[in-house]
Amino acid sequence: MWRIAGGSGDGIDSTSQNFAKALMRAGLDVFTHRHYPSRIRGGHTYVEVRADADPVRSRGDGFNFLLALGDSFARNPQEGADTVYGNEEIKPLSENLDDLNEGGVIVYDEGLLDEETIERSDLDLQARAEANDWHVYPLDLRGLAREHGREVMRNTAGVGATAALLDMDLDHIEDLMEDAMTGDVLEANLEILERAYDSVREDYDITHDLRVPTGDHDEQQVLMSGSNAVAYGAIDEGCRFISGYPMTPWTDVFTILSQHLPKFGGIAEQVEDEIAAASLAVGASHAGVKAMSGSSGGGFALMSEPLGLAEMTETPVVLIEAMRAGPSTGMPTKPEQADLEHILYTSQGDSCRVVFAPANVRECYQQTRAAFRLAYEYQLPAIVIIDQKLSGEMRNVDESFFDREPNADPGSVLTEDEIREAAHHESGKFKRYQHDAENGASPRSIPGQKDGRFLASGNEHTPEGHISESPTNRVAQMDRRMRKLTSIREELDEADRSHQTHYGPEDAEYGLLVWGSQQDTVFEAVDQLADAGESVKALGVSDLMPYPVQEVADFLESVDSCLVVEMNASAQFRGLTQKELGRFGPKLNSLLKYNGEPFEPYEVVEGFERIVSRDAAIPEGTKFVPAAGD
Amino acid sequence: MSVFSAIGEDREIDRDEFTPGIEPQATWCPGCGDFGVLKALKQAMPEVGRTPDETLLVTGIGCSGKLSSYFESYGFHSIHGRSLPVARAAKLANPGLEVIAAGGDGDGYGIGGNHFMHTARENHDMTYIVFNNEIFGLTKGQTSPTSPKGHKSKTQPHGSAKDPVRPMSLSLASGSSYIARTAAVNPNQAKDILIEAIEHDGFAHVDFLTQCPTWNKDAKQYVPYTDVQDSDDFDFDVTDRREAADAMYEAESRLYEGEVLTGRFYVDSERPSYGAEKRATEEMPEEPLAERYLSDDSEWERSADLLHHHR
Repeated sequence: MWRIAGGSGDGIDSTSQNFAKALMRAGLDVFTHRHYPSRIRGGHTYVEVRADADPVRSRGDGFNFLLALGDSFARNPQEGADTVYGNEEIKPLSENLDDLNEGGVIVYDEGLLDEETIERSDLDLQARAEANDWHVYPLDLRGLAREHGREVMRNTAGVGATAALLDMDLDHIEDLMEDAMTGDVLEANLEILERAYDSVREDYDITHDLRVPTGDHDEQQVLMSGSNAVAYGAIDEGCRFISGYPMTPWTDVFTILSQHLPKFGGIAEQVEDEIAAASLAVGASHAGVKAMSGSSGGGFALMSEPLGLAEMTETPVVLIEAMRAGPSTGMPTKPEQADLEHILYTSQGDSCRVVFAPANVRECYQQTRAAFRLAYEYQLPAIVIIDQKLSGEMRNVDESFFDREPNADPGSVLTEDEIREAAHHESGKFKRYQHDAENGASPRSIPGQKDGRFLASGNEHTPEGHISESPTNRVAQMDRRMRKLTSIREELDEADRSHQTHYGPEDAEYGLLVWGSQQDTVFEAVDQLADAGESVKALGVSDLMPYPVQEVADFLESVDSCLVVEMNASAQFRGLTQKELGRFGPKLNSLLKYNGEPFEPYEVVEGFERIVSRDAAIPEGTKFVPAAGD
Repeated sequence: MSVFSAIGEDREIDRDEFTPGIEPQATWCPGCGDFGVLKALKQAMPEVGRTPDETLLVTGIGCSGKLSSYFESYGFHSIHGRSLPVARAAKLANPGLEVIAAGGDGDGYGIGGNHFMHTARENHDMTYIVFNNEIFGLTKGQTSPTSPKGHKSKTQPHGSAKDPVRPMSLSLASGSSYIARTAAVNPNQAKDILIEAIEHDGFAHVDFLTQCPTWNKDAKQYVPYTDVQDSDDFDFDVTDRREAADAMYEAESRLYEGEVLTGRFYVDSERPSYGAEKRATEEMPEEPLAERYLSDDSEWERSADLLHHHR
């Protein structure tokens, strides 16, 4: 587990991505975790790259190699400010030491962080290194970069040093540089990479044991983020219209689709606000196009009313909600799972929507496709929840996973021939909202089709769309619309369409219940617990509406006690589970985390110990809420 | 044959086609100016050669929003202030549609003001009719964005301290390429202006004065009115932005002094519509996107074609 730390603007993101790709090409499974502040330049940023010959599914516990580039934008504007706000220059080193595992390796750029600065600080590096058996390699990365190219190429020098210290081949890194750069820039970077590699080899005694493992893939791999997978799922399901407004972390999906859709004959619109963004998606869909929009918490709040309009007019639309820590502006670049209730219930009236929370890259792709399919078949909004963690984390996936047929079917839409045969009202309007539609969705016409005229209205309406406050019509229309959720649940419950993931032995004594992006971390904790002899299994839930009542009930029935793991302060998913199931309260304990950092497996393991033994300590930064009546 | 056979259909069109086969009783009060908009629109449509099946009328909320209930076409009665984003996306999705948006002065100049500014700025090829009665009617007579300064209502018991919005000046500054004002009491001019607005290739904004006999009894019935094109007091070039701005300013000010000035205020036929701009930069397909979904022979790209970036 390699962590590269610096300031925003120091090239941390691109460097780590190439490093991860090089490891993937070398035959390893990789996983990245991104940590960054809400600012353009400077601040404490890092990316972790975890690589192993065996599958990796989370960021893991701590890390063992720190490349502290130093923050080239750091400055303490006033003398004495460092005693109040901390020394900005030293943060890439100081802020990362707490999570560094025993026996770990530290490389820092002594071109930026000289010995004097480190000694003057209260870091106590030498003593801590001795206590933790850390191996420290100060290197003048800045000097190397300046000598052979430009200062910004410090990160390349850092990668060269890393490769030398981990006994890693430079071939894949060089290939990737050649793909991304040309001319003098490429030459300088290659020179710096090799010089850094050689100078470490020549000048240092390598005292640590850590080496890059060797691995092999059976087939071609691709490195993919959750945002990529959401966007690609949308493309393959025929989405050719996106409207949005920038907001972290939703911007990733918005950017990817804005770049690709016009090339694929589609339309991308950046508009004045999120009210407009969602309304445009509704308008495009009404006119017959498969459309999506999305945002993060604050922007999604603005979408509430158009979301309700889509429910009432039964206009299919897919929305992405990329959560970040709230309330209000919250912590813009930090993950949290605290928008669940907001997403389920926002907008006036009873909710009639599909909500999925995929857990990883593969699920992002599959569930975005499912969201489109269901939205257009059942004519309702479908929301895919991701978060800042899932949005930016990169994982390798078999390329063949994406080798699938596209499906651009617009769902329950009639042809002009079918419209001609269909029921019409005396006014001449087509009966687009018929009470007796079996699965709840009454087929629609598209403006421009002959004799398909109807009125779509946010007011309650009759079958042809006229505004009506008749009690019998009202009940018939409400019942029909709500019937869609029952139909969808039945469809999803067919075994091969379940989005829930079970992990661990079926007959386990204890259960871990998790939703969305924390799932794979919990699964890793299940492995650790199993190794320690515990009898535990986990269920990762993706379907939040309609809720998989039977599947979760069966799971809870089978265990003695359960720990619900989620990233928010009010146990929203536990609350949803209790509301949907109406029982199991005494079995549902909560482990919560809302400090801006996703769970690490060890925290789940320690949290689990608490349901087995009341005396067990709860890991710092998390909160344990016992089951009702406990 | 197109999957949308109503679009571009070449046939005689009767104005009765725009009246529902069985007409519902309108919720508008007797003497309401909204009837004038409905009538003018029904008269204009056959003249521009568009049929009900190829027309999408998107309305907001309020008495004006009911227009889509009494006008026979594809209709979308949306939410308060949001008719424009719904309408403009439908136009992008299927440029073959005749898209008309309508709402009141509160809907368009108040709650939906941001969308008004940006839709005008983008210059979509569509028509926007704002029923301007200087009052919130359906909610029973509150002060609206175009109510005169000093207007007293239950929500402004001491009289509004605000200057009213200047709809045409705002429209011009935002980027509309056709701006006119007409009045329900002036049916012939209203019809002609709607014809021009619908035929205009760009964002056409019509500020339509609609008297509210119930909640705005004090207000003029917008008579007598003067057509600025026929007035000797007004001699300006509607294609000249500066002259248009002056004329609008005059008309907006004098409305509150009891003088009703109507007519065309700004026409820019040169500026390309948003669709044309987007097609020129290849950010929008040449063929209507909506057709692709209903055509049997459409080919669809796959994300698998993008995977080489990720190897």
